[in-house]
Amino acid sequence: MRRLVETLAPGLFLLALLLAWEVGVRLGGVPSFILPPPSMIGHTLMADWPILWPALVFTCGVTACALLISAVLGLALALVMASSRWMERMLYPVAVVLQVTPVVAIAPLIIIWVQDTRLSLLICAWLVAFFPVVANATAGLRAVEPNLVSLFALYGASRWQSLIWLRLPSALPYYLAGLRIAGGLALIGAVVAEFVAGTGGTRSGLAFVIVESGYRLEMSRMFAALFLISLAGILIHALTSRLTRLLLRHWHDTAAGS
Amino acid sequence: MNAAAKRPLIRLDGIGKTYPNGYRALSTVSLTIPAQPQFISLLGPSGCGKSTLLRIIAGLEKPSTGLIDWPTSDYDAIGNPMPTVGFVFQEPTLMPWASVFENVYLPFRIAKKPRKAVADTIMDALSMVNLQDFAQAYPRELSGGMKMRVSIARALATRPQVLLMDEPFAALDEITRHRLNDDLLTLWQSARTTVIFVTHSVYESVYLSDRIVTMAARPGRIVSDIAIDAPYPRGAAFRDTAAYHAACRQVSLSLAEIATPGDEP
Repeated sequence: MRRLVETLAPGLFLLALLLAWEVGVRLGGVPSFILPPPSMIGHTLMADWPILWPALVFTCGVTACALLISAVLGLALALVMASSRWMERMLYPVAVVLQVTPVVAIAPLIIIWVQDTRLSLLICAWLVAFFPVVANATAGLRAVEPNLVSLFALYGASRWQSLIWLRLPSALPYYLAGLRIAGGLALIGAVVAEFVAGTGGTRSGLAFVIVESGYRLEMSRMFAALFLISLAGILIHALTSRLTRLLLRHWHDTAAGS
Repeated sequence: MNAAAKRPLIRLDGIGKTYPNGYRALSTVSLTIPAQPQFISLLGPSGCGKSTLLRIIAGLEKPSTGLIDWPTSDYDAIGNPMPTVGFVFQEPTLMPWASVFENVYLPFRIAKKPRKAVADTIMDALSMVNLQDFAQAYPRELSGGMKMRVSIARALATRPQVLLMDEPFAALDEITRHRLNDDLLTLWQSARTTVIFVTHSVYESVYLSDRIVTMAARPGRIVSDIAIDAPYPRGAAFRDTAAYHAACRQVSLSLAEIATPGDEP
């Protein structure tokens, strides 16, 4: 019984919030172009589905591609940097510069330079998602238990053997933590870039729908798009957390924590 | 007896180790480990270089001065000895992502031996430490003592010429420690391999060893080489014998001799 309440509590609370919102808006007489009630947003969500669905697919596609490319290139760069201090000294500052420069500031440039909308958005999303993967994977590749390194040396393991059987598995929890962060950031990067492109009139995904609805004061469509962006974020988080638990299920519980 | 049989297993000749920062871990250590299996403890206070000496024997560190010779081992193409050693660290040092079987398989895997070819060897090693039923378990499912047994099984599975143990039970509780001490002696009796066991416990070293090499710090050096003549197998009752107490006293005295008043913290 207690467990049941604990499981249901977050959902019930959310439901109560929505109810309060609905009742508050209706009783308070708030005009729907300022704050539409949840029921209206739900209705718009279904009515505007032909517009929203392609936008959702577009934004999720850009985000997923950016995450995937970050995952592959991030690990590759981490391997290069972890293999030599010299490489790290050279490459790390570049990665940091890319990270600390706000994507909003670079996005206009990239959108001007790259003609293809999808590609320009992808580059922006990748720019923000890339760094946490590189930083975490590099830290992970270095965080090998010294005694295990000694053990591999004792049995005469080659560099390749140590990499495949020791350093990569040791880095896995760090790498996955990087991916979880990168997943959220890739979505943020995609949305921010869509905003920048959208203010210039370029049609793209969910963030463009928000910009457009804002211009037209179609608040309920704006909220519907917003809801879908949150949903995409939750989905990405759930997927990366699930992947982490799956891959780290044999490790200590702390390593597999989401 | 022919000449080959009389050759020692290991000969350490004037081994010294000075680290790049100037710290002198070992001055000049000479020690001969005979071919017939012994249970040797390296006993001394922290900082006496006993772990360093063990790592030098394992080939994990190079000595700054002196020679280490393995007269009976194989040599590689450029004339370096290639002894087979097993090493047990203070921590179990298991790979958390691999099952118990895969952990013990590691040395064979590095040597490119197929899993099938050595499966029986691995299961035998696990049986020796009574963990044959846990081959598919993962380290997180095991207790501290069980993890240590896996570590010992891994070290013994390759049938090493010498088993090197660096304070392996220091992190365990005393009950587990006593049980593992007994198990280790049983293993040593059946495996008939030389054990070099680093410890800072007088009682543990006397209980286990037939030879105790005591060491002193600043700089690390050998102080005495004491034989413990009590026969094996030794049970818990050995701890109540006069021979045990006499040996403990003798070893303690040899450590006390070198401890000057200002030495203790």
